Amino acid sequence: MTDKFVRALGWASLALGAVQLAAPRAVTRLCGVDDTPGATTVARLVGGRELLHAALLLGARNPARWAWTRVAGDTMDLGVLGKAAANRTGARRIRALAALGAVAGITALDVACARGGTAKARGPLQVRASIVINKPREEVYRFWRDLENLPSFMVHLDSVRAINQRRSRWKAKGPIVDLEWEAEIIEDRAGDLIAWRSVPGVGVSTDGLVGFTDGPGGRGTVVDVSLEYGAPGRKLAAAVARMFGEHPEQQVRDDLRRLKQVMETGEVVRSEGSPEGHRALRQLRQRPAQPIGGRA
Amino acid sequence: MKANVWMGRNRLEIQDVPDPQILNARDAIVRVTSTAICGSDLHLVDGYIPTVKKGDVLGHEFMGEVVEVGSGVRDLHVGDRVVVPFPIACGACFACEEGLYSVCENSNPNAGIAEKLMGHAPAGIFGYSHMLGGFPGGQAEYVRVPFADVGPIKVEDDLPDEKVLFLSDIFPTGFMGAEMCDIKPGQTIAIWGAGPVGQFAAASAFLLGADRVIVIDRFPYRLRRVQRTGAEVLNYEEVNVLDALRDMTGGRGPDACIDAVGMEAHHPTPAIYAYDRTKQAARLETERPYVLREAIMACRNGGVVSVIGVYGGFVDKFPMGTVMNRSLTIRTGQCHVQRYTEPLLQRIRGGEIDPSFVISHRMPLSEAPHAFELFKNKQDECNKVVLTP
Repeated sequence: MTDKFVRALGWASLALGAVQLAAPRAVTRLCGVDDTPGATTVARLVGGRELLHAALLLGARNPARWAWTRVAGDTMDLGVLGKAAANRTGARRIRALAALGAVAGITALDVACARGGTAKARGPLQVRASIVINKPREEVYRFWRDLENLPSFMVHLDSVRAINQRRSRWKAKGPIVDLEWEAEIIEDRAGDLIAWRSVPGVGVSTDGLVGFTDGPGGRGTVVDVSLEYGAPGRKLAAAVARMFGEHPEQQVRDDLRRLKQVMETGEVVRSEGSPEGHRALRQLRQRPAQPIGGRA
Repeated sequence: MKANVWMGRNRLEIQDVPDPQILNARDAIVRVTSTAICGSDLHLVDGYIPTVKKGDVLGHEFMGEVVEVGSGVRDLHVGDRVVVPFPIACGACFACEEGLYSVCENSNPNAGIAEKLMGHAPAGIFGYSHMLGGFPGGQAEYVRVPFADVGPIKVEDDLPDEKVLFLSDIFPTGFMGAEMCDIKPGQTIAIWGAGPVGQFAAASAFLLGADRVIVIDRFPYRLRRVQRTGAEVLNYEEVNVLDALRDMTGGRGPDACIDAVGMEAHHPTPAIYAYDRTKQAARLETERPYVLREAIMACRNGGVVSVIGVYGGFVDKFPMGTVMNRSLTIRTGQCHVQRYTEPLLQRIRGGEIDPSFVISHRMPLSEAPHAFELFKNKQDECNKVVLTP
């Protein structure tokens, strides 16, 4: 819908640009500025600019955001026409005001269109990742089902305490304040899947689903994780991710790498370049590959 | 402790760095008794391997004595004498179970970096860039060795360091290069590069039953060395290699070709050398793939091109047409050293081969930067340097 509208604006730009280039004098007369020397040159330049808008709006694969270039052009036109109207009287002033009104209308359309095209998608933030772990399905499931194990590979979690079979209390290190929330398991099929969600009204809203299936050729287990951050949690998650310099999707992938290391080798693998183990943030700012020294 | 530290392109320094400490329960600390400079270290020094960082300790060929073990190490004890394979491998993942140790799925804590460059990540390697883990290397007095009960092989005192040190890399690497050729009796194997790895590849090709081995290089002293294995030699500055190999094989070409040179090859025609050298200097390609191109052109129809020389990134003008139309097989990989340490140790013990034949220089670790100069510039007939801390 938006795209069709944007393309229509593109065609309008093309038509207007063509007219301004072909008959600049007619345009200046229409706007009431034909008394100024150089007005036709301005009209031609504006015509060229319109063709540029047309090229962007008609040529781009995702044209909506280019509608902002039209908004910028409109602002310029409004300024020029406003000044023209203020400096004139009589019929010319009326024509300039009419043109100003027309451009203002077009500006409103352009703004609406550009905003529609660049507004963030609504709904919860979803991330998905999977990995193959060289351990039987039952074992991987059991490790995950003991939710208190999660912080051993999810570095952003401080602790998870089981309150009872279904309920658990989660703590996460926040950039400014620590976060705490309760979650409950809403589906639990031994060796198959675990689904959980945060208890409503605790400020944080996350849903999670982890599935376990046999690996290719019956070797190992494919672990498939989907997480969903609801509206309040979503902003928070994005903020936290930014503070840590990590995208939520990257975090989940890194978590799974560490889970694989913990399951297959017993712990998170560390190097002197990445002493905390696999973590996207650290990969941008490596320590040199030499012993660490100081504290053990 | 003292360590050989990379401080920028063509800048190495012996520096005082902290002693290593246990970071994972399955680590051991090894006091290095012998370490070596590898041809592939030169790619790091020359700055052609991405993600090397100022302050990195180099070296991936080393052996020594275990002085500390983590709580999770089962069958390795303080006092054990070990040779350490250069790829770090967990022994428990799918790749390790398949014997593909140099692509272990767990030993690279910077797998994310490697994935961006290579699609999937290989294993961690000692002292060989951050995309391969960010692990300090063995050109030092002490090294932390992860998964100490998987990789390191225990060696009794009766064999001196010089006979077993090269189990860490170049002997298994040369051997795997020959093994990938699937050598059958009567076959002829051509090897580009008469450096230590080429020399081991030649010796291994004979061990595996090759009839003839032809080695190509341009340094007479290296060609003389490799002749001792029984190989014939070609100096590419004196003959046209493709013509010579055709002549020597009745027009058919060698049954298999081994590239033991890799990304910094040379070419006798100045214009052709300049073409790739310029692109490499401008980082438009990371390799100078003359050997790879020539090995592919030389190989007989249906033969194997076995690549053990190190490549880092992208190759230009790759003759895929001849690979496809002539049914060639390309086999390659960083050596899965852990697969070969035990059987090759048996061959050494059995007297089939004495790997110390490659050594030309023995120097203290404190002279490592100078040793790199000798090795890089082929001065003083430098073939292989062993350093002792």
